[in-house]
Amino acid sequence: MNFTAIAAIYKFEMARTFRTIMQSVISPVISTSLYFVVFGAAIGSRIEEVDGVSYGAFIVPGLIMLSLLQQSLTNAAFGIYFPKFVGTVYEILSAPISAFEIVIGYVGAAATKSIALGLIILATAALFVDLRIEHPLWMIFFLVLTAVTFAMFGFIIGIWADGFEKLQLVPLLIVTPLAFLGGSFYSINMLPEFWQDVSLINPVVYLISGFRWAFYGASDVSIAVSLGMTLVFLAATLGAIAWIFKTGWRLKS
Amino acid sequence: MPASSDASPILAVQGVSKTYEGGFQALKAIDLEIAKGEIFALLGPNGAGKTTLISIICGIVNLSSGTITVDGHDIDRDYRAARKKIGLVPQELTTDAFETVWDTVSFSRGLFGKKKDPAHIEKVLRDLSLWEKRDNRIMTLSGGMKRRVLIAKALSHEPELLFLDEPTAGVDVALRREMWAVVRKLREAGVTIILTTHYIEEAEMMADRIGVISRGELILVEEKTELMRKLGHKELTLHLQEPLGAVPEGFSDYDLSLSEDGSSLTYSYDTNAERTGIASLMRRLAEEGIRFRDISTKQSTLEEIFVNLVEERA
Repeated sequence: MNFTAIAAIYKFEMARTFRTIMQSVISPVISTSLYFVVFGAAIGSRIEEVDGVSYGAFIVPGLIMLSLLQQSLTNAAFGIYFPKFVGTVYEILSAPISAFEIVIGYVGAAATKSIALGLIILATAALFVDLRIEHPLWMIFFLVLTAVTFAMFGFIIGIWADGFEKLQLVPLLIVTPLAFLGGSFYSINMLPEFWQDVSLINPVVYLISGFRWAFYGASDVSIAVSLGMTLVFLAATLGAIAWIFKTGWRLKS
Repeated sequence: MPASSDASPILAVQGVSKTYEGGFQALKAIDLEIAKGEIFALLGPNGAGKTTLISIICGIVNLSSGTITVDGHDIDRDYRAARKKIGLVPQELTTDAFETVWDTVSFSRGLFGKKKDPAHIEKVLRDLSLWEKRDNRIMTLSGGMKRRVLIAKALSHEPELLFLDEPTAGVDVALRREMWAVVRKLREAGVTIILTTHYIEEAEMMADRIGVISRGELILVEEKTELMRKLGHKELTLHLQEPLGAVPEGFSDYDLSLSEDGSSLTYSYDTNAERTGIASLMRRLAEEGIRFRDISTKQSTLEEIFVNLVEERA
């Protein structure tokens, strides 16, 4: 293992985060706070408890997930897309480093950043609502697993994208709708039966459900199913990345 | 240092071809060996395959067939060992934008698995006149400075084999000379250098051996001096006081030609021949009463040799 190289990529990516600290950290915190003000305090006060939890507290896991998904994805996607775009990827490709190590560097940095962000949002949320976390270790586990999975998904998108539109297409047109419809702001049990069944196609349902279970012990789907689906998604992204490096798809001609 | 057959080569390319997805064959069965410590210049017109060959060796482009070893390490099976020895300065000015010079050069060293060595980075930056700019963001640098940054990145991990792909394209004269000085220093330190260039003058000045690539084929590999000797010749031009109608009779044993207006007589000769024949020609001309007001000589340059070679093939 070329640990020095992994560290170099990781540090490079983290430095990028700190250079763009405003957009990296502060803007998600502000937007999350706005969600709390609007949905938690203003509208939430008129909504009854969901699964025995006040609405303001109920949306916390979903909000964290929403940011986690978007941030892991866009960070990793941008991290690998930018070198491709400006051409500096030549150095990564010509370095004595394996595909696996490259992925650890980029995905690790993207996941670190989004996990840190998730925790910051959690801390911000604690200022607005009474939080309780019944299974803190599972909470961290889901946080890390989801961050890594979506960072890998983002890495694939960054390699696939050949323009900035494509880079924004997937987060905007796929991830955000899936996250909103995946139960960030409601329990899918609140939906008519037909739409509950439709919702189960949405992979984000399982992530949010599992994550919320770690907080309040209640979930839309069983925790084992949540965990299983998350791992399936992780395996799928791993497989795709292995294939990309094996064939050099969009990286090497 | 000329290539010697007994020492194991730092680079061995065997039967390497490359066909791109669209069907374009960029390289056709290239064979090439580079000896340790030599400077090798790869010449060829645009699109001849120079950059493709370099990119394959460095791992940026996949090869279609053939094998390549770097200091005995196969570039596919043993890519870590092979790539550790290679430094690449790409043709395009592909740099980061927001990082500082120091950070980007240190990053390159780390990427190649080398432990931190600020003293080495400092030396590289000083050699390339980048030391003063070490804390500047790359985006604030001029094109010439960015070119230096690329060289510094390639040298950060102390490569044994350095590829310079058109290092002086679009670079002003002063910087070009500075780069040549850096190349000489590296050679003294034992680094093997492979450069591609459009400036034949550069190859002429720097290289030990020259390879000419045209349409994906390596059509010639020769020591520079040998190439110049074999294919080069010299011309002596006599600017006459009185124009002549034809080459005077009795000079058939000299390779003479008369300019169209008859005002100058050109004598081609081999500089390596035992006798150039200049002295006897002058004497004979004087005897014939042919006077001249000026003389000039011209050595055929590598450029002319190169153009002839590529045109012959076309």
